[in-house]
Amino acid sequence: MRHLQGGKMDVSVIHSLARNTLINLIEKCSGTKLIVWESSISGPMGLIAQYSLLKEMGVIKMYPLRTGPLLENPAEHVIFISRPKLHSMDLIAENVHESKKTSGNSKQYHLFFLTRNSLLCKKRLENRGMLGSLTYIEELNCEFFPVDSDLISMEIPEVFGEYHIQNDPTTLYKIAQAIITLQKIYGPIPRVWGKGQAAKQVWDLVKRLQRENNLEETFKNNQTTSIDQILLIDRSIDLITPLATQLTYEGLIDEIFGLNNTTACFPADKFKNKTDRVSESLAEAKETVILDSADALFTDLRDKNFNAVGAFLSKQAKLISAQLEERHEISVQEMKVFVQKLPNILANKNALSRHTAIAESIKDVTDSFDFLDSLQVEQEFLNCIEVDKANGYIEDLLAQKAPMIKVLRLICLQCLTGSGLKPKLLEYYKRELVQVYGIEALLALNNLEKVGLLKVQTGSRQYAVLRKTMRLTVEDTSEINPIDISYVHSIYAPLSIRIAEQLMKNGGWKQLQDVLGLLPGPNVEDTSNIYNGAISNSALNDAPTVVLVFFIGGCTFAEISALRFLSQQENSNVEFVVATTKLINGNTFLQSIIDIDNKKTVSHGI
Amino acid sequence: MSAAMLTADWFLLGRDLYFRKFEIYSLGWQRDVNVNNVIAVAAPYGGPIAVRRDNKKLVKVQGSGQLIISIYSGSARHIKSIKWEGKPVVKIGWSNDERLICVQENGKVTVQDVFGSFEHTFTISQKLNSKVVDAAIFTNPQNFTGIAVLTEANKIFYIENIYDPKEKQLSDLPRVGRQPTSWVVISQDRLTEVLIAKEKALFRLTRDEHHPSSMLVADVAHEYTSIIKMAVSINARHVAFFTDAGYLWMGSSDLRTKYCELDTEMITKPKQLVWCGTEAVVAFWEKDYTLMVMGRHGEKMTYSYEACVHLVPEIDGVRILSATQHELVQKVPDVVQKIFRINSTDPGSFLLEASKQFQRRSHRADEYISLVNKNLGRAVEQCIEAAGYEFDTEVQKMLIRAAQFGKCFVSSIDSDEYVEMCRLLRVLNAVRDPRIGIPMTKTEYDCLSRGKLLDRLVTRGQYFLAIQIAKYLKMPEKEGSNRILVHWAKYKVGKHQPVDDEMIAKEIGDKLGYTPGISYSEIAKTASDNGRTKLAIKLLDYEPRASEQVKLLVDLKEYKPALVKAIESGDTDLIYDVILKLRGHMTMGDFKLLLHEYSVAIALYIKYCKEHDPEALTEILIQEDDFDSQAQQHLIASLDEKKNWDREMNVSSALKAYKVKRNDLNASICEETVRLFKHQKTFEEKLKKQFVGKSAHDTCRELLLMEEFKLAEKFKGEYKIPDKR
Repeated sequence: MRHLQGGKMDVSVIHSLARNTLINLIEKCSGTKLIVWESSISGPMGLIAQYSLLKEMGVIKMYPLRTGPLLENPAEHVIFISRPKLHSMDLIAENVHESKKTSGNSKQYHLFFLTRNSLLCKKRLENRGMLGSLTYIEELNCEFFPVDSDLISMEIPEVFGEYHIQNDPTTLYKIAQAIITLQKIYGPIPRVWGKGQAAKQVWDLVKRLQRENNLEETFKNNQTTSIDQILLIDRSIDLITPLATQLTYEGLIDEIFGLNNTTACFPADKFKNKTDRVSESLAEAKETVILDSADALFTDLRDKNFNAVGAFLSKQAKLISAQLEERHEISVQEMKVFVQKLPNILANKNALSRHTAIAESIKDVTDSFDFLDSLQVEQEFLNCIEVDKANGYIEDLLAQKAPMIKVLRLICLQCLTGSGLKPKLLEYYKRELVQVYGIEALLALNNLEKVGLLKVQTGSRQYAVLRKTMRLTVEDTSEINPIDISYVHSIYAPLSIRIAEQLMKNGGWKQLQDVLGLLPGPNVEDTSNIYNGAISNSALNDAPTVVLVFFIGGCTFAEISALRFLSQQENSNVEFVVATTKLINGNTFLQSIIDIDNKKTVSHGI
Repeated sequence: MSAAMLTADWFLLGRDLYFRKFEIYSLGWQRDVNVNNVIAVAAPYGGPIAVRRDNKKLVKVQGSGQLIISIYSGSARHIKSIKWEGKPVVKIGWSNDERLICVQENGKVTVQDVFGSFEHTFTISQKLNSKVVDAAIFTNPQNFTGIAVLTEANKIFYIENIYDPKEKQLSDLPRVGRQPTSWVVISQDRLTEVLIAKEKALFRLTRDEHHPSSMLVADVAHEYTSIIKMAVSINARHVAFFTDAGYLWMGSSDLRTKYCELDTEMITKPKQLVWCGTEAVVAFWEKDYTLMVMGRHGEKMTYSYEACVHLVPEIDGVRILSATQHELVQKVPDVVQKIFRINSTDPGSFLLEASKQFQRRSHRADEYISLVNKNLGRAVEQCIEAAGYEFDTEVQKMLIRAAQFGKCFVSSIDSDEYVEMCRLLRVLNAVRDPRIGIPMTKTEYDCLSRGKLLDRLVTRGQYFLAIQIAKYLKMPEKEGSNRILVHWAKYKVGKHQPVDDEMIAKEIGDKLGYTPGISYSEIAKTASDNGRTKLAIKLLDYEPRASEQVKLLVDLKEYKPALVKAIESGDTDLIYDVILKLRGHMTMGDFKLLLHEYSVAIALYIKYCKEHDPEALTEILIQEDDFDSQAQQHLIASLDEKKNWDREMNVSSALKAYKVKRNDLNASICEETVRLFKHQKTFEEKLKKQFVGKSAHDTCRELLLMEEFKLAEKFKGEYKIPDKR
């Protein structure tokens, strides 16, 4: 996991800590083991412990958690790893029950809760009579999953929806605890910024937990800190950014193919040579690629606007072929050097062909009319053009019964950029949606209204003002050699990142007062007394300030790219590190909101 | 002060074995204490003294005949008198941690604190069957205080730990001879045994089933007919017994080694016989009021008193309580001996002399220094160490000065020891002050640890001194001042403080603040145990750990504050916990009203109901007038594929809910849906194809695909479907 190191805040620490806790827990059961993952965490867990590692520890099989009896297996221990969700508890209880019937008492069952165990879950298990059957019930304390050297994620998709729709602060508490954990690892964070209701609440909880955990005492002994500032951004202050299509390489991969836990699946046909293609069945083959900063080429590519990717790739291709050409005209000694370099060059070549293939598959999509049309509509909205009328393209999509998410995404964007929709228009859209997608659409709309993604227009036009004062749309930026963060969406600069940029430039909220007034939720600004003693590393040796940007409710790859871009600017003395509750894009974001409460929850109870 | 003066109270018991007897306090007992007629016992480590009337003495009855136990500090300051109301007391004594233990004749034991407040009680054994005639309080090697009792039937029962009384019985005494004449408890190496004498015969009683009791023969040279008094040293390694021939036998506790046999020239039974450290035995005879210190090597020293004295064994000496004095007999510590002994040639001794001469501005200082030049470091160490053993502050100063003086000549010396000792002396002098009255020696302090010393101050209510000491010794806050503050606060919230709740809470809050590591819940618990619930609630406001706070509030049945605190904590698990507890404890109506005030609580409850209890969900939604959510629930139900039949009904209920809420748009959408169902049903009947569940758009499309253009046209008109599709 070398690629996780390198930043001033060493993410590999989180990685090894998490891995050790997992190993310790698993080692409690001696003998062969079967692990049953709740499906949403098996992916992120792969970031911490690969299957090969688990295999060494006697894990013989891993299954996702699902209904029905466990498959026959010889393992002595069955370990369930799950988040504390009642739904999962039911499945676990069922699994244990079924399995006991078939294999008697030959197995032991264990349950590890991811991060915290919960009273309700235990009660549920008790009601089902299965609490006693579980030998160990432990907490698996890994709050963050290390995604990359400057990126950690909690991988909880529900944060935004749970808080804003159900008014359930559970996840905020988890976030606060996670921040405490971070401080325990990296030392106290001396300066705190934040914007939004959730940010405020999280920070209040952090302060409270600090008192409860007696962190002051701990910090007295540990005076160094690797995080200088933290910026808490509540997703609700900037809902536009996730809805806009990301146009960075990494962002597009996520938008089009889905990039989860650094792995993405691509249609295989582009990856095969022509000869292979014949023999392989073309049908459903998928190519799984791991994309993280261990891949040097990807590190270069990921943050580029897609329009710059092609040029970069061809340049690389030329470089490599030039390197390979060299061998024709060199002496024996040079040949020796060359041969040593050869594996490296070949690896680069492989990487290059892989990324060229990926880029090609992306290009297939981005060149389609569909994509270009919706992008155009998006950009019109972002430039405040025609936000008050029913949009023709949206109507077309409705008529074609395009995926509901896609339509909703555009409607929400229109609503946000217009700071609300005219009542008539909203009603029109609603009726249309229900007619096309059935009554389910109404439920989805209700949720979107609750979080403020859809609303009726009121007096002021916040977005229009923000667009001017914060220069959210920049027309003349170059996509190939960007000078402004707006390149990540081609014309639109993410509001959240703009705020971060301005904050760092001005060193405080003061100059931003006017703008902040337009955004919902209170500002947070804190320099806690207990940190007075803490000596920042950077204060000592003029190194860049490390700023942890914590997105409460998820962030997009484009935002991360924008932050990386800011760190790389020559005049900047800031190193951004990103923590988020979940990596999102417009579709996953909306889906998570729509799913809240509307999954078939009722049927379980009965 | 000359060396002769300092060694005036020394006496020699064998070669180079000096003992000293000196006064710690002069005592002024209260008038009603006549040392001749009372039994006085003191807690180890310079602890308080408990005094009761000696039943065997005839005195003029003053007041009621009730037994009164009075507690005094080491300097005879009256702390408290308690009227005894239980059964006759066989024995009073102190535990290791300064708890007054009273053993009653029915085997019941009560434990009280320094102020005589009752702490707990237990019975030694259920199988006593006969009266307790004697009891012994002993310390076992794990440093617990145990009690052994001897019954009329000559059975011995004991417990190892007063805080965990598990009765144990020793093997029976062989039924030969008459009543036992004396007995002692030897508790060493996890084994508690009793050495008991029946006139001439000596038995060892154990719990070992195979060798229930063994008769022992000690190597006694002088004829005797009965062993009338025995004593065991505090570390249980040595025993001494006194025979009716007037000889004192000293030896190891297994009786295999004999140290000496000493003719005391006394025939009567000594009132008290105790070991002084490990090298001497101190005995006191009421007749003639004679005190005798007898060394292990067969030498003795006799003192006469004018009245009765009481001996208190300590680990490094014996305290003597007399009518006017509180004295200590101890072996002169080696280092002190080296310095002060006449004609000593130890470096420390020269250094001290040099320092004295220097203060007199005499040139001879230099001569003395040159005598110890090579061993100056050692000399300084000796002076520092010796200072620790001295009670007299003047002598302490003298030694410390000498050490300081010597330090100047050694460049490489480490001052830590010096500083440590100065600190320690200040602390010891502070607690030895007559106002506090804990005459603790340095050896005892080392044994006891500073934490325990603070505990002792705290139990005496000396909070300020305790805190000052904790700060002075730079103890970590957790074990030092914080703990003391909590004790103080607990005392404050105790029963005896009549002050207003508000005031106390504020006072405690001001003093303790939000200091980390202070458990307010602990204090609050004490308050509520004392029946001061309101005060407890106020105090809980200061508790930083929400889980503790909430737990106690729920226990106190203070549901509303519990809920508020749980919500403030943000820990939803805690909130659920409270909510569910509330639901169990309150009537449904009250419960809902309470929840209604807190949006987070209601939100969580709704969420919980969604998963657990759909009926309660409907109820709560109706109560909350949340028609939107009701409608939503109906809609979700309508989408449930398992229940196709009441789909229409569910949508119409949603429609009703929306209408109540005047959400016309949603209502009309629902209405359309209902109509759609009807249409679809007719279509289904007509075309024999499934329509229900499809959207209007899909229905229309299906119709077109089936080439039912007329129906489609009609349908389109009704739903105003735009032509685009």
